[in-house]
Amino acid sequence: MRRTPADLVRAEPGPAHTIEFDGRPVPALPGQTIAAALWADGVLAWRTTRVGGKPRGAFCGIGACYDCLATVDGQPNQRTCLLPAEPGTTVTTQEGHGRADLAV
Amino acid sequence: MPTSPSESPGAAGSPGVQGSPATAGAPYDLAVIGAGPAGLAAAVTAADLGLRCALLDAGQRTGGQYYRHPAPGLGATRPDRLHHGWSVYTGLAGRLDAHRESGRVDLLSGHQVWALERAGERDWRLHATTGPAADDRATVRAAAVLLATGAYERQLPFPGWTLPGVVTAGGAQAMLKSGLVLPGRRIVVAGSGPLLLAAASSLVTAGAEVPAVVEATNYLGYARRPGVLAAVPAKLVEGAGHGSALLRHGVRLRRSSAVVEAHGTDRVTAVTVARLDAEWRPVPGTERRIACDALAVGHGLLPQIELATELGAATRTTPDGTAALSVDARLRTTVPGLWAAGETCGVGGADLAITEGELAAHAVADRPVRSALLRRRSRLRAFAELMAASHRPGPGWTGWLRPDTDVCRCEEVPVDRIREAVEELGAGDARTVKLLTRAGMGWCQGRMCGPAVACLAGAGAGTGDGSGSGAGPEEVRPDSRPFACPVPLGQLAAERHPDGPGGPAS
Repeated sequence: MRRTPADLVRAEPGPAHTIEFDGRPVPALPGQTIAAALWADGVLAWRTTRVGGKPRGAFCGIGACYDCLATVDGQPNQRTCLLPAEPGTTVTTQEGHGRADLAV
Repeated sequence: MPTSPSESPGAAGSPGVQGSPATAGAPYDLAVIGAGPAGLAAAVTAADLGLRCALLDAGQRTGGQYYRHPAPGLGATRPDRLHHGWSVYTGLAGRLDAHRESGRVDLLSGHQVWALERAGERDWRLHATTGPAADDRATVRAAAVLLATGAYERQLPFPGWTLPGVVTAGGAQAMLKSGLVLPGRRIVVAGSGPLLLAAASSLVTAGAEVPAVVEATNYLGYARRPGVLAAVPAKLVEGAGHGSALLRHGVRLRRSSAVVEAHGTDRVTAVTVARLDAEWRPVPGTERRIACDALAVGHGLLPQIELATELGAATRTTPDGTAALSVDARLRTTVPGLWAAGETCGVGGADLAITEGELAAHAVADRPVRSALLRRRSRLRAFAELMAASHRPGPGWTGWLRPDTDVCRCEEVPVDRIREAVEELGAGDARTVKLLTRAGMGWCQGRMCGPAVACLAGAGAGTGDGSGSGAGPEEVRPDSRPFACPVPLGQLAAERHPDGPGGPAS
């Protein structure tokens, strides 16, 4: 078995819970951000850009670049690298500005 | 965990904090912005000296980016294994806990300050968004302010840098330290600066494979000032520690080289590495492809100083071409009542930041300082300047750009549109380029593309031949940004300014 970050710090996390990403369950550990839970599941992109429709995910990891935006519990433009993955959090891939409902 | 501010959600109802519901109180003696090494050291030292302090941080836990650590729920029993000098942090955090208990310090976590308002002499208002979704607001009042907002990474664009799996070197470290996750299993680390070795060493010890660390300089810059190096033995030990971790894992360090392209469609699958000449111009024919599933990249750090420059604080240009706050020996900025410490005064690492935090706290409290502390600061500052000079980007980096390479990630503005603005429309600075192309007008407010746009707009007319002064303009002027971060309009509408002067941007 190859070493993991959890092995390195001898993590004894609380029980994992589940968030929902584009309709499917993704496990999350207590204290992880949404971006961290998605990375742990092998997901690197959860937004498409407004102009080119290109996939994007976390880039700076510290809340400065705003590339990791997604629609969280129905709210678009949320920084997933800062938001904790709470049990039952619903994350949807954000297309463009995420306000298609406003027809702007 | 020494601190778990997530269990103490700010201080609604504390003195000096107006939130919603609004509760006014006596102002704090000192508000420290940023709970990283500099801010922590400043707050606990100021409290030791009898000042009542507010310590604000945008994040949920103290430590800043350097001492970023897992949330309590992750149950890390050995968080020290992800850090250099962890006991220094636990010492500071322990002192902070004691001061919080005695009521000397209020820790306001999840507070992102977007503007500083100087309402009068010794009367500051700090306006902040609160909560992880920034959906609430608070106003903190204090007699003095200390800016310890640290730094973020400097990025230089290259073809493919917007692909998922391409992350900043600091971001890879931050996600690892806080969430115990990696962006991939085989991660190339590239760019320039000491952070690369630290990041690569964390990634390999956490189980990633790092096929190469690609550093643009040749490290010879350090050898030019042996006296400065000899004065900071701890820095050499730290560097040697990273070096031996990399050796142990068989990580190859490629000097005078850069990732000139990331490949993939939906995510990165490989990178092309090329040799660079002394000006950072890629040498044709030296390209090699390295398979990977992630790339961690960064070109040094940029001091985060918008809150001060918006008030007119003077800056200086550091040897690696960034703007840092000008401070005197007492860490005073040129704005009365505003002090600064750590990376905001020029990037120099945690030891220097802690030293400056202690010095600034003494200055705010108007107490004398030990001369040993002053000497320590000058030794570490001298090393910081040497480090900056050694990793200064060469102007030839624009040689790896292509016309369709996105420079501004937020607004998706490619190189050719910026060159058109400069060469055909006559834009001579980053601000004019922004107005013509929208580069730097997006969510991140130019933090990611700013240095590259300034370089393309500067001397050399963006020809990319490296003939101009390029990345090393003589004088770096910070952007004017009335808001240090995006603020929901509802919060601005709710803002009341009975005193009139010094209100938000008009």
